[in-house]
Amino acid sequence: MALVELTLTPLPAHVRTARLVVVAAARRAGLDDSLVDELRLALGEAASRAVGLHVKHAPQTPVRITVSDEPGGLTITVTDRGPAAGRVTGDLADEMLESDPDPDDDGVEALVDPDVALAVLSGLVDEYDVQADDSGTTVTMRWPLPARPVGVSGPGSTAASQV
Amino acid sequence: MDLSLSTRTEGDRTVVVVGGEIDVYTAPKLREQLIDLVSSGQYHLVVDMEGVEFLDSTGLGVLVGGLKRVRAHEGSLRLVCTQERILKIFRITGLTKVFPIHATVEEAVAATD
Repeated sequence: MALVELTLTPLPAHVRTARLVVVAAARRAGLDDSLVDELRLALGEAASRAVGLHVKHAPQTPVRITVSDEPGGLTITVTDRGPAAGRVTGDLADEMLESDPDPDDDGVEALVDPDVALAVLSGLVDEYDVQADDSGTTVTMRWPLPARPVGVSGPGSTAASQV
Repeated sequence: MDLSLSTRTEGDRTVVVVGGEIDVYTAPKLREQLIDLVSSGQYHLVVDMEGVEFLDSTGLGVLVGGLKRVRAHEGSLRLVCTQERILKIFRITGLTKVFPIHATVEEAVAATD
């Protein structure tokens, strides 16, 4: 079961909400302080990418985010209902310089480049996976968690047998 | 924390002091500020990012847009940033080779190409 599950109305303001909630959940799960900035930025990229796609393609459908404490580490998924993810094949800086959003368009679509967001995420996170099908894309990111202290709770621990 | 913006003039440069979080929600404010400056004929900009707590690719996109606007007028856009967590995204995207990045406003204001 996920530790935290969020469904966000696809609005730019909620991307910050998602960062705050996910960072708080990750800290509580024991994520090392040195990884928090990386997680905050990666989650921000994944969430703004998903919100940008939903504004354009699925404005009535929420973006779904889960935070889980799995054996492999802290696992975060961001699921959208937009078209499949693309790849930046050339130089990322060139791609950003050459992209030409409408200067009069103040909308989310002109701000979020889904492929650039994914490229930044992939440059940040060591362990990530992108699964796309006809219904949308799920980005999964994973960070190591410190081993749980032994014997704090549960059967057979020293502390428990002394009670 | 929301985005804070203020501007001042130093010689022929306009310094834009940015604080807080630049993301998909706040980036339009920065975009509007940069467009207003260029529209009013200020083509040599220094963006002081020392007070920025968060910057994502949407914020980078706005800075790149600003750079393209000033370049269209033979202008310049210099950044002031020493924070490692903010510099990281410039490195990942390769934009360190596109933007001149300075350690202090004084250095950025004095810089010439």
